[in-house]
Amino acid sequence: MVELSQTVLLKAYRLMRTIREFESRVAVEFEAGTVPGFTHLYLGQEAIATGVCMHLTDADAISSTHRGHGHCIAKGCDVKKMMLELYCKRDGLCKGKGGSMHIADISKGMLGANAIVGAGAPLAVGAALTARTLGTPNVAVAFGGDGATNQGTVFESMNFAVVLRLPLIFAVENNGYGEHTGISYHLGAKDLVTRSAAFGMPAEEVDGTDFFAVYEAAGRAVARARAGGGPSTVVSVAARWRGHFEGDPQTYRDLAEIKELRKHKDCLKKFRQRVIADGSLKAEQLDAIDAEVAQLIDAAVNEAKAAPPPAPEDLTTDVYVSY
Amino acid sequence: MTMAQALNSAMDVMLARDPNVLIFGEDVGYFGGVFRVTEGLQKKYGRNRVFDTPIAEGGIVAAAIGMGVNGLRPVVEIQFCDYIHPAFDQLVSELSRLRYRSGGQFWSPVTVRTPCGGGIHGGQTHSQSPEAVYAHVCGLKTVMPSNPYDAKGMLISAIEDDDPVIFLEPKRLYNGPFAGDPEQQSGRWDAHPKGEVPDGYYTVPLGQAEVVVPGDELTIVGYGTLVHVAVAAAREAGVCAEIIDVRSMMPLDIDTLAASVKKNGRCLIVHEATRTCGYGAELSAQIQEACFWSLKAPIERVTGWDTPYPHAQEWEYFPGKKRVLEAIRRIMEIA
Repeated sequence: MVELSQTVLLKAYRLMRTIREFESRVAVEFEAGTVPGFTHLYLGQEAIATGVCMHLTDADAISSTHRGHGHCIAKGCDVKKMMLELYCKRDGLCKGKGGSMHIADISKGMLGANAIVGAGAPLAVGAALTARTLGTPNVAVAFGGDGATNQGTVFESMNFAVVLRLPLIFAVENNGYGEHTGISYHLGAKDLVTRSAAFGMPAEEVDGTDFFAVYEAAGRAVARARAGGGPSTVVSVAARWRGHFEGDPQTYRDLAEIKELRKHKDCLKKFRQRVIADGSLKAEQLDAIDAEVAQLIDAAVNEAKAAPPPAPEDLTTDVYVSY
Repeated sequence: MTMAQALNSAMDVMLARDPNVLIFGEDVGYFGGVFRVTEGLQKKYGRNRVFDTPIAEGGIVAAAIGMGVNGLRPVVEIQFCDYIHPAFDQLVSELSRLRYRSGGQFWSPVTVRTPCGGGIHGGQTHSQSPEAVYAHVCGLKTVMPSNPYDAKGMLISAIEDDDPVIFLEPKRLYNGPFAGDPEQQSGRWDAHPKGEVPDGYYTVPLGQAEVVVPGDELTIVGYGTLVHVAVAAAREAGVCAEIIDVRSMMPLDIDTLAASVKKNGRCLIVHEATRTCGYGAELSAQIQEACFWSLKAPIERVTGWDTPYPHAQEWEYFPGKKRVLEAIRRIMEIA
């Protein structure tokens, strides 16, 4: 096992805590009716985006999913601008035009949340092929859920990446459900590792609530990609704590399952216990991060609520080069 | 009944009448559909006839085509019409073309149900209106009801039809009529005459427009949610407008539209979809061809803008009551 520096550990904790706080607050605000639109929360899966994206630079690209806030935060997007985007505000990451399901920040290599299931993977293929074509050391990561792995686009992307030996990582997030249908029903293969490996690439499965496990597996895959070793799949298993979308009645799921998850599969709790037990971090350091993050998210929500909406003429811009 | 319940009732009736009818799609079985349109059907008819599929729209439509060719009568749901594009090739190159290219030997009577339209703050991938795209594909029928009574009768017609049908359901109308004013709540279908829906079998034929409100000063042609917007706008304008619900884009009942425009001499076309090559362009062309010498004013269109459906500014995009009202006044001012 690799020894991680204090800097890395503190960064990991801050990212996971930021995702947790952002999503928890969006859940509250959504229920109160202040956040317009549909939203799909990443609660329970924070360690995956964090463990993967901590190996990436701004020049590395990721494609995301409808459940994309966690990927955004882990990739370094400005949290306040994200909140502005959710609130339809002019100064949001996408000027309020994209919203939760299409949030993007190209300056951070975040190619966008994507509400079309499976549509992100080919985009990441393009990013990886660009890196190979131009001879840059960049890699791309295609985030996608277990449900997305059944789309033809993902099958095509996996084969394409293997055939062209692309610097690409398929970060499959098995959260147990494709929308409202459980994986035991929707997946024909024995498991996602076997299926991904069948395309001809290394594939491994890790506990997606264990930051260290994700970080190490993703590190191997990213290093392989950067070294010209081609694509890999990392399947991280972490059930989501919320419904498919906010407001989902979740009739397909035993709600006791969620209680258990919060008790035993909380990536933050697990991380905290481990780093305190092995003496690498102190509780006070983590508490300080908790307080700072809570303040940041609170400020983000307050600023987003108070921020100006787009101007009328903004409605018909960004469609073509000319308007 | 609400529109969602009426559609459910149509499938219930057809599952009971015809053993070849089956329902499948994403979350339509156990969960009952994200808009509850297929609720209870799996429980009643079993998993062999009402079943869930993986998230794979291309596969859903393709499998339905194969079943249709082989004697079954599949009704598939694409959860949002914005998700339909992975199936585009199957719809355009296969489903619509089989009859022609086999010289009439075989075809596939698939019905593709899919929620369309905005007004629910769904942003660009949960709000679009693709009727013009499919009306353009010969071999497909494309229809869109605007109320529970028509929804049930038209869905039964679609299922019984040996031609493939793209059945677009304006999602903003599922649970109540909506007159296009975001400040006001949706109405209630149980208080609307078209919310009265018989329990059993009946049909509303495809390819027939309906005069929703008779009038002799102006003809307003629309479909889906915009029918309700037009009714409210005309009332507020104090204009005696004849409001026609197109209901079926392909085949189009041009006779009903032309008779009205010839009588009134003024015509406004309204739809949610983007403007350029929107279905209003076809309506305008056909009405002009049929009614040129009777027109007292240019035919006008009120539509969505030529932009993707926005997250912010939904109500600036959506052609609501205000914009329809302004257009009515413009047309009526022309001497």
